Amino acid sequence: MGATGLLVVLEAAGRTGLIDTTFLPLTSTVLGRAAELAVDGEFLGHALASLEAWFWALALTIAIAVPAGLLLGVARPAEVAARPLIEFLRPIPSVALIPLTIMIFQNPVHMRMSVAVYAATWPVLINTIYGVRDVDPLAKETLRSFGFGPGATVFRVVLPSAAPFIATGVRLAASVAIILVVTAEVVAGGIAGIGVFISTAGSGNRVDLMIAATAWVGLFGIAVNSLLVAAEKRLFRWHHSRMAGVS
Amino acid sequence: MLELVDLTHSYGAYRAIDRINLTVKQGEVVCVVGPSGCGKSTLLRSIAGLIKPSGGAVLLEGRPVESTPDNLAVVFQDYSRSLYPWLSALANVGLPLRRRGLDRKARDEAAMAALTEVGLGAAAAKFPWELSGGMQQRVSIARALAYRPSLLLMDEPFGSVDAQTREELEDLVLRVCAHHGMTILLITHDVDESVYVGDRVVVLSKAPGTVVGDLTVDLPGPRDQIRTRELDAFVKLRADVGRMVRGITTNHEMETR
Amino acid sequence: MTRVRSKRKSFASRVAGLWIVPVTLVLWELATRLATQPYFPAPSTIAVRIQELWFSGPLTRGLLTDEAIEAFAPSLGRLFAGWILASAAGILLGVAIGRSARLADYLDPMLQFGRAVPPPLLVPIFFALFQIGMATQLAIIVFGVIWPVLLNTADGCKTVDRQYLETARVFGFSRADVLWRVVIPAAMPKIFAGLRLSLSLALILMVVSELIGSTSGIGYGLITAQQNFLFADVWAYIVLLGVLGFLLNASFLLLEGRILAWHQRARRTI
Repeated sequence: MGATGLLVVLEAAGRTGLIDTTFLPLTSTVLGRAAELAVDGEFLGHALASLEAWFWALALTIAIAVPAGLLLGVARPAEVAARPLIEFLRPIPSVALIPLTIMIFQNPVHMRMSVAVYAATWPVLINTIYGVRDVDPLAKETLRSFGFGPGATVFRVVLPSAAPFIATGVRLAASVAIILVVTAEVVAGGIAGIGVFISTAGSGNRVDLMIAATAWVGLFGIAVNSLLVAAEKRLFRWHHSRMAGVS
Repeated sequence: MLELVDLTHSYGAYRAIDRINLTVKQGEVVCVVGPSGCGKSTLLRSIAGLIKPSGGAVLLEGRPVESTPDNLAVVFQDYSRSLYPWLSALANVGLPLRRRGLDRKARDEAAMAALTEVGLGAAAAKFPWELSGGMQQRVSIARALAYRPSLLLMDEPFGSVDAQTREELEDLVLRVCAHHGMTILLITHDVDESVYVGDRVVVLSKAPGTVVGDLTVDLPGPRDQIRTRELDAFVKLRADVGRMVRGITTNHEMETR
Repeated sequence: MTRVRSKRKSFASRVAGLWIVPVTLVLWELATRLATQPYFPAPSTIAVRIQELWFSGPLTRGLLTDEAIEAFAPSLGRLFAGWILASAAGILLGVAIGRSARLADYLDPMLQFGRAVPPPLLVPIFFALFQIGMATQLAIIVFGVIWPVLLNTADGCKTVDRQYLETARVFGFSRADVLWRVVIPAAMPKIFAGLRLSLSLALILMVVSELIGSTSGIGYGLITAQQNFLFADVWAYIVLLGVLGFLLNASFLLLEGRILAWHQRARRTI
């Protein structure tokens, strides 16, 4: 409702000349462009390139951060030792790494992935450590009292109870990775990628195309996020009911 | 001073209280006791003006209660959520006095006096989370006292503290309220407590709550935790109230300590 | 719990807990010397470059070089001006939206949309719309980082504990007292979470806007070093930004700890 109202106001402002349409394009123009882009083969090619980098970045992040988080979560001394490193590395703005990765990686997809992985690792890592910490000690001891070894404890108790936290971390990482992939494309340029498309549209002064493409990135982010939220709710119903009971 | 006339309230199709009639005289301590789910909270919230009852009327000193009246204070059960954790004990007690048009200095003095009265003069600068549960509830009581209400409503005020603290607080409330000649309506599910604290005990039935008994507690004052409770009259009254509460709730095991 | 314990720890044992830092530095030094890759200069080389670039100036200026002042001043100016403006506007709007269900209903879709726009993408759009320059960079930071503050403030003001509000009603607090002494303090923890998020986001947007369209600042220095293949300089800039991010976060946490002492202590005892 409110969004429609705002769009109508913007449209009216453009049509009545209150806002210069060469400066800020009409709402209807942007919406039209967005619709056109959805069936534009060239744009879809760019989108696919970004999607590829995003997907592999997320996969790599999970492959690195979940085992690392499990290890640090289970082995308390390791976590204590590693904490200063994490505290120093985490605040480095990931975008600052873009120039360095431009030099190191010849393949632009690898370059984008590396930046995205760096940024996306933290939420998964921190959430995994936290999730492992949160495991009910009683559950662990119950299993141990039945004669299960430490390996079985990790797989049967620790991993399942930490799973909801890990899932939240992955969901955050998915959003972060989208942003970083596209940002790396905008800054570093290249041949394919939505960020490249936006940069090119910018140098051609096609603000309508820039906004339309950005809207698609934003929508993709919303879609991925809501999909993962829905998946979490379904998969971890037991967890949510327990949390609701606690609060 | 407080009069409830056919007070009725429903949440949608669910009727919580049904035509409650009750009169509380000036200076009286009236305990309302009933099984869980008898609409005790609904009753209290209607009197405090926090909800608008669907039927009947609440008259406080002859005037109908529209919004929250300014001569009424409430002590809630859950002290941890009723005191503001970002304010010191003194500030928590002093904040409501802004409505009384007092300046900062007068407010602090009044708040300090009330805290001293409940035995917390030394803890005035402390924050709620630095105090034990019983002490937090004392701050809550001090806040109500400093406000100088003509009617003090208490909603299970000792329900969340341990047994020993509970006895201390019961005596504290009786002492300071006698001193100020305050009228109290105390809501509880504890039969024993209702007889010990009250001048009168009003028994509510299971939902929809309605008055099923109104007993005058004729015990000598001041009350004493040991001596009062061993009086034959106390034991008899407690049994009577207990039977009334339980008689309505046949399959419901009432908790009596 | 861990917090209590770490507070009790002596200074010496806390420093000893940092043993991994020198160990990592030594290993890094050895690895880079053995590998002799131009992209990966030794940490000692990076340290020397950091000192040469920014900290070899006169003592009277705290050793800062001209270059350091030229780079730091505009960057930090944009960063803080943008963050403070966005915070002020975000809190103001957030309180209004949190307290008015009608306003929230009306604006919610727009807020969700505004939040969904990846902030770094504002950079090319704003540079296409407006002139490249200080004002545009400031606008990017303000527009990009306002959302976490605004949404957290609105959420915090909307979800105040019912008992807090009922207590205020029973004791007849004025509307201003309810707002200033109940709602806003109760929302403070969430407001601070938003402020912290937007501070780190402001740093990111500062860097991106300087990487793309600037002729001054730390990000500009970084991209220039990259274009000239000055590897040690690139690393020096990254370390500098890392330290800046660390300091910003640490000082914010310190400030938050002071202001929200009641919240953190209260939570610990429960």
